Amino acid sequence: MNRFLLPAGLFGLLVVLLFVGIQRSSQKGIIPSALLGKPGPEFRLPSLDGSADFESASMRGRWHLLNVWGTWCPQCRVEHDMLLEIARSGEIAIIGLNWKDEDVLAQRWLAELGDPYDAVPVDRDGQVAVEWGVYGAPETFLIDDQGIVRHRHVGAMTPEVWAREFLSRMPTRQGAPDEPVLVPVPGAAVEG
Amino acid sequence: MSLFWCLYRAPRWRGDSRETSDVSHLIKAAATAILWGVWAVSAFHAPMAQAIDPIELEDPALQQRYRDLSHELRCMQCQNQSIADSPVGLAGDLRREVRELLLRGLSDDQVRDHLRARYGDFILFRPDFNARTAWLWLAPLALLLLGLGVAWRVLRQRGAMVSKDDSIIEESRR
Repeated sequence: MNRFLLPAGLFGLLVVLLFVGIQRSSQKGIIPSALLGKPGPEFRLPSLDGSADFESASMRGRWHLLNVWGTWCPQCRVEHDMLLEIARSGEIAIIGLNWKDEDVLAQRWLAELGDPYDAVPVDRDGQVAVEWGVYGAPETFLIDDQGIVRHRHVGAMTPEVWAREFLSRMPTRQGAPDEPVLVPVPGAAVEG
Repeated sequence: MSLFWCLYRAPRWRGDSRETSDVSHLIKAAATAILWGVWAVSAFHAPMAQAIDPIELEDPALQQRYRDLSHELRCMQCQNQSIADSPVGLAGDLRREVRELLLRGLSDDQVRDHLRARYGDFILFRPDFNARTAWLWLAPLALLLLGLGVAWRVLRQRGAMVSKDDSIIEESRR
């Protein structure tokens, strides 16, 4: 009896190991962002519509999605309707980082399919994407009002992903940038 | 490769040299041909891998450091190739990043840290030893010790059985 104990134990261990592996296989190849909990790298890039350059500092004071996309990316087409829906809900501003794309194609894409973005900075040579640790489009970063990266999703945005990974991390109500913050400051009254 | 060696060695294991000599020569020749073929193909592949990246830095010492570094950084898109071996666009972007950092005068470690801060430990084929990567470094050692332990036990048991068997044979001879 005793001589079967060790092999059976090892077998049981292997079963557990393989089971965990299968359970987690849906996340295979998805690497958590190294920027989580850290400030997102600053950048300044030309805008797709030819208006003034986009500066990452302008995202401060409000929660944002930074969506990395390109017209060459099939999954970006898949998630486009979902992005339009999020934009329509008005729950969060979306910045669309146009990654290694051609301006004409990107402009046509937004004209034909609708434009969910509040701004579209153009990263033609991919330098900013490297700063952000982007390794495949689409990727969507959740950035808080202090510019801290709270989450990164790799792959298409779906209603499930939006509810499970994004809404759950966002504050219940989004304040407008100029809304006064009504937090009593301790000791403020005695100051003088 | 191990399959070829099995084919190569199989007749000898059976031990009867008279019957298998012709067949074994044939298999031996075939296996040798395949091995040479594999070697030749891989030898011709190496220069092709180099051709992915035509840009050379002027300073040969810097070029050597650049080449070494780009071989130990993972292409995040393909994941099992280094950025030196991958023709994917992102690998090209990362090679450019490495080149620019080296030209700016950063040390090899600083370049590694720079990219790890953006892409995580996963970008390094040889990650540093830390709390998160400890299992990665120690697991092979643990498995080796486990295997040695099992082998030792099995061999000891077998040794005991053989000596018992011998005594039975000795007794029956008498």
